[in-house]
Amino acid sequence: MSKVIKIRKGLNIPLLGEASRKILKAPHPDTVAIKPPDYKGLTLKLNVKAEQYVNVGTALLFDKSNPQILITSPVSGIVKSINRGERRKITEVIIESDGKNTQEEFEGINRSSLTPDLIIEHLLKTGLWVNITQRPFGIVADPKRKPRAIFVSCFDSSPLAPDLSYILEQDKKSFVHGLEIIRQLTTGKVHLGIDANKPELFESITGVEKHYFSGPHPAGNVGVQIHHISPIGKGDMVWTLRVQDIQNIGRYFTTSKLDFERLIAITGSEVLEPIYVKTVVGTSFTPILKGNVTTDKKLRYISGNPLTGTHEMTSGYLGYNHDQITVIPEGDEYEFVGWAMPRFKKFSASNTYFSWMFPKRKYIADANMHGDPRAFVVTGEYEKYLPMDILPVFLLKSIITNDIDQMEQLGIYELIEEDLALCEYVCTSKTEVQKILREGIDVMITELK
Amino acid sequence: MKAVRKFFDTIKPHVQKGAKFHWLHSTYDAFETFAFVPNTTSKTGSHIHDVIDLKRTMTVVIVALLPALFFGIYNVGYHHYLSEGTAAANGFFDMFLFGAIKVLPIVIVSYVVGLGVEFLFAQLRGHQVNEGFLVSAMLIPLVMPPDVPLWMVAISTVFAVIFGKEVFGGTGMNILNPALTARAFLFFAYPSHISGDLVWIAEKADAYSGATPLALAASGTPQTHSIAEMFIGLIPGSIGETSVIAIGLGAILLLVTGIASWRIMSSAIIGGLTMGLLLNIFATTTNPFMEVPFWQHLIMGGFAFGVVFMATDPVSGSHTQTGKWIYGFLIGFLAILIRVLNPAYPEGVMLAILLMNVFAPLIDYYVVQSNVKRRLKYTKHTV
Repeated sequence: MSKVIKIRKGLNIPLLGEASRKILKAPHPDTVAIKPPDYKGLTLKLNVKAEQYVNVGTALLFDKSNPQILITSPVSGIVKSINRGERRKITEVIIESDGKNTQEEFEGINRSSLTPDLIIEHLLKTGLWVNITQRPFGIVADPKRKPRAIFVSCFDSSPLAPDLSYILEQDKKSFVHGLEIIRQLTTGKVHLGIDANKPELFESITGVEKHYFSGPHPAGNVGVQIHHISPIGKGDMVWTLRVQDIQNIGRYFTTSKLDFERLIAITGSEVLEPIYVKTVVGTSFTPILKGNVTTDKKLRYISGNPLTGTHEMTSGYLGYNHDQITVIPEGDEYEFVGWAMPRFKKFSASNTYFSWMFPKRKYIADANMHGDPRAFVVTGEYEKYLPMDILPVFLLKSIITNDIDQMEQLGIYELIEEDLALCEYVCTSKTEVQKILREGIDVMITELK
Repeated sequence: MKAVRKFFDTIKPHVQKGAKFHWLHSTYDAFETFAFVPNTTSKTGSHIHDVIDLKRTMTVVIVALLPALFFGIYNVGYHHYLSEGTAAANGFFDMFLFGAIKVLPIVIVSYVVGLGVEFLFAQLRGHQVNEGFLVSAMLIPLVMPPDVPLWMVAISTVFAVIFGKEVFGGTGMNILNPALTARAFLFFAYPSHISGDLVWIAEKADAYSGATPLALAASGTPQTHSIAEMFIGLIPGSIGETSVIAIGLGAILLLVTGIASWRIMSSAIIGGLTMGLLLNIFATTTNPFMEVPFWQHLIMGGFAFGVVFMATDPVSGSHTQTGKWIYGFLIGFLAILIRVLNPAYPEGVMLAILLMNVFAPLIDYYVVQSNVKRRLKYTKHTV
């Protein structure tokens, strides 16, 4: 094993409800949803009507400025409803699955004559393209641009995150195939970020650059890994992919059959039996969580992990970029002089409470803010949880004051929300760090157009 | 608890937007969030949040100040009876009681007046009342001489809150440390009440010399107090600044909880020792102050108090981690420089910190620029 990159700054939030290594095959969901807000950087237009029958792979939506980019259906069935939000923006396309998984007809794949252009064509047609994320900004990649390099993080260090090497073990062959396919899409290198404690699985994989990381979250964030391998600068562009998306790409190019299968972790303190579940992209929560959550309090359902996931209803749907569902208490209760209490049962990263004395204990965390928002007062707080050579507070202030030059100079190209999520978690002033960062990124995107 | 909640719930509709007493919502908010951590849950970004908030942070700082306050109360009484020559006849409780009668009114005035102004501004601006002043109001009495007239405490507090903080936009935006601004105001507006040999002992008997060790050192007079007394804090001085032990207890709490910057504290001490050592090396006979052993500067005057509680104020100090080293070092360095070489002021800590408060944004500017340059270098790729 080559040199290990040691991440020293960061935090593993000790939460209850980690999934045990056991896989349950979930009943086929009655409905699945595609949620346009999940696809960052795209303006999506409808390609289907309500009540229309769709196959696995039928294009449901396309991008306004790049109509080759399609979002395709993960199941076969009938388009049940198209839900719209503010200004009639599409928020959800819901499909009632018929359980048959009838496939849309695609041209066959001749593996020996695959060229990069042909691969891109296949990925675009099948809707697998949207799994490729572009950095800077964490948006769906532009098929017309070639990346300097491709980065894949092979472990997830977020709280309660699924063990990606466990997921990988289930179908390593597809992962290796997928890597071979995407390797052809760049003239640069494909970099894998690997957990230094679990390198065995990757020993046999060749043709890629392997980097080993140790240390607390956010060591598994691909953004942090890129920063330590080869940071993103102005005018620069790289791609990132997630492990399960590479597996899906690998499966398609071996079998010529589209398969939106996904192995997800059901986690959180309010899940009765935290476990792994085999299901599909966009699945409804209902069949998966039925009878498996506590019933004595108000709950918060999250698609993704508790730091970056999206807030869902009880009958919510899994986001296309998530492989985790988390259920925690909502916690919308008043707490009498809570700030003066010892709060032995609550976790704090700061030593102003007592959790630092019990490093082995795990905690229940609810969605309460635990305080009112305030101006920036405490300094040096964010710096402890961002293992990058970036001054987070100065960057956030440049975003708030809309100073584009400063944003660029202070490293907005290197960050997406997940990289600053821990800063938001620990913030004494309860600043909406991720929201501010996304606003800054949106400004940069329009500015660079 | 339920009754308290019910009380707030009955008032709440009347201060909500559109209601008759909405203009009072800042005040209502301050009291409600004091009694109850709000039931608001996360709307964007992270679903979970650390249980720390600004109230907790400020509470810890106030707790860290309590040893200095209690010792100060005792010390005020001790020196009063010492000056009258009746120290032996009066026990611990007599001294503590005398000190409490002297000190607590100053604390109360500082809190009542300061919070009054704070609430007024929050009301006028429709802001929330910020917790920061709870600490400032505790710091102000501790840097006052024990015999200070209460009306002066009131005026300097008003000045500090308005011109030290509110004109800049309130907590988090101020350039100068508000508590030091109060002291500086008193220092320049009413110098006779905060300098010289007469003000450091409450109701001092006339015949007794009330000179502080600093004043003695400045004039080259032999010290009347032992090193141990200086360390324990049994010397005349501002109410909370004398005891290195009591301040040390507070420092330990601040460092263990991670609230105060260890970078600022340690670099300020290094800065002070460096200047002290330089002065020792170049000592001349014309200035006996230069011959004071360098380490003794740490236990005299307000050095320890300033370094632990004032220099580490996160808002008025340097905001970058690298900047904190420079900022702290210069505070220590300049404090001793002003203390020893400036004939007008026998103490330099207050002025050194205020001066560095002003320079902190400049230090940060250069730290940020060096970050920008470094980043530009390593993010360049030959694609």
